[in-house]
Amino acid sequence: MLNYLLFIATIGGIYGLLALGLNLIWGGAGMVNLGLAGFFAVGAYASALATTAGHLPIPVGWMLALLAGGFAGLIVTLSTTRLREDYLAIVTLGFAEVVRLVASNEVWLTKGTDGISGIPGPWKAALGPSFNAAYLAILLVVLAVVYVLMRRIDRSPYGRALRAIREDAQVAQVAGKPVLRFKAQAFALSAAIAGLAGALYGHFTSYVAPDLFLPLITVYIFLSVAAGGIGNPAGALVGAYLLMTLLESARFLVEFIPYVTAVQRAALKELLIAVALILVLRLMPSGVLPERIPRAPQPQTGGQP
Amino acid sequence: MDLVLQAVINGLVSGALLAVPAIGFTAMFAVLRFPNFSVSGVATLGAFAGYQAYAVGFEVAGSLAVAFAVAGVVGLFLDRVAHLPLVKQGALPAAIASIASGLVLENLVRLGFGNDMRGYDRPIARDLHFGDIRINPQQTETMGVALAIMLVVFAALAFTRIGKAMRASADNPELAALKGIRPERVAMMASFVGMGLVGMGGMLLGLDSSIDPLTGARILLSIFGAAVLGGLGSAPGAVLGAFLIGIAEELSVLVVGSPYRAAVGFFAILIVLTVRPRGLLGERAF
Repeated sequence: MLNYLLFIATIGGIYGLLALGLNLIWGGAGMVNLGLAGFFAVGAYASALATTAGHLPIPVGWMLALLAGGFAGLIVTLSTTRLREDYLAIVTLGFAEVVRLVASNEVWLTKGTDGISGIPGPWKAALGPSFNAAYLAILLVVLAVVYVLMRRIDRSPYGRALRAIREDAQVAQVAGKPVLRFKAQAFALSAAIAGLAGALYGHFTSYVAPDLFLPLITVYIFLSVAAGGIGNPAGALVGAYLLMTLLESARFLVEFIPYVTAVQRAALKELLIAVALILVLRLMPSGVLPERIPRAPQPQTGGQP
Repeated sequence: MDLVLQAVINGLVSGALLAVPAIGFTAMFAVLRFPNFSVSGVATLGAFAGYQAYAVGFEVAGSLAVAFAVAGVVGLFLDRVAHLPLVKQGALPAAIASIASGLVLENLVRLGFGNDMRGYDRPIARDLHFGDIRINPQQTETMGVALAIMLVVFAALAFTRIGKAMRASADNPELAALKGIRPERVAMMASFVGMGLVGMGGMLLGLDSSIDPLTGARILLSIFGAAVLGGLGSAPGAVLGAFLIGIAEELSVLVVGSPYRAAVGFFAILIVLTVRPRGLLGERAF
């Protein structure tokens, strides 16, 4: 039971990391990444390959995952930052599909649909059964660092500029903000976080395969951010754990429905998640922790008491 | 050389089939102003509705009509309850909700039919040979049906009142409303006809191969690729884009092998958006 809870907490934390990344661009700059699963996969594969085939230490693998995710994000956003956000949405969706195609077919590199197994976990042999607890601790540290970073961005002039772009890119441009550069930076940073999340996932489960990075994960993360509160980093984390609660309760609930096959159970679960996302968007658009926009700093009034 | 010619011919066939849902998608984008990702689920739904009709004894034409009606009604319903109320907040929330509703449809089909592949039980016909070029009579028939559908759609857009109203609304919604065109009615018509075409497209592509709950998801990027290549919002552009994507997909098999056929739509989108965002026949992209 304890191991089960640790497992749920770790996966929830990884989803939380993805949600923090998505919140930066969706809540921050009004862009969406429908290919989150693809960036997640890029990071997972980068670190898995570096530490298995490349025999590099795990932290190097994680850095590579961060870089690979960010680089992929930069490439995807370069062609579309000039355009409306819905074009970016279409491109990112396609990106995730292509990542899955490459992962399934470049067998020399990724071992195809068999996936890469035996990805090392940090101090796994020495820790033995307490590996899960230790890994959760490492993950929480990473999560805390990223969370603090996101909050700082949220409160910084940079974060305000991003929000200005979200509200009206033209006005931000007129006010002298480098809109295109800011958008590309935010997207690349968000993709880098997704890549890091992928690496953390791979080293936890010790196995990556194309089928683990289905578009459904992207829907999970959108549900997390929307339910938690778009534009609020704390909301993204709360949303990720709400999602885990929903997923796990759904898993137990569908067990009790008689006369359904395994395929139908899986379909019911996906159905539930999709309906939940529509309901949240329609009925609770600001989520459980709505965005709080800090007051603009007051100009100094020149020495008067 | 013959291989290339054969690939081009196959591409023209699959391009004609692809054009039907691409017109539907691009028309909805022009009028409703958000990319409707639920086309994946609606295409699957249309394919299965047509399959079921065909299985109980409808002819191909009748089954296509069933696919059109089922997909149109469901698509209209989803637009009304899930997508359009969100368009007020911008195109993105509506687009995200449409991903979720596509997933709902896909899983409803999975609940009813399972994950197995199914094929339409059509009589088998022998290939016609012209030198080294093979042409399958069934494929030609399916292609003819697709061309006929396109002809009807373009005639309707050009000559009927509602077709003209749709074009006017897509071009300039404020001016159209000022002239007494009711935007609500045009929007509902765009949802119904657009999704109906997507449903028929799912069935046409199913006739050509086989269907399963992921049928729509698999053709989603090709549909988007065709629409973006032709210029989002342009119906003639969608047709041109569909033929080009169809041919490019078949040729890609010769160059990089069949697994990467599915990536052609994505690279077409990426290149078009980088070089010429308004597409071949489109007008606006900003």
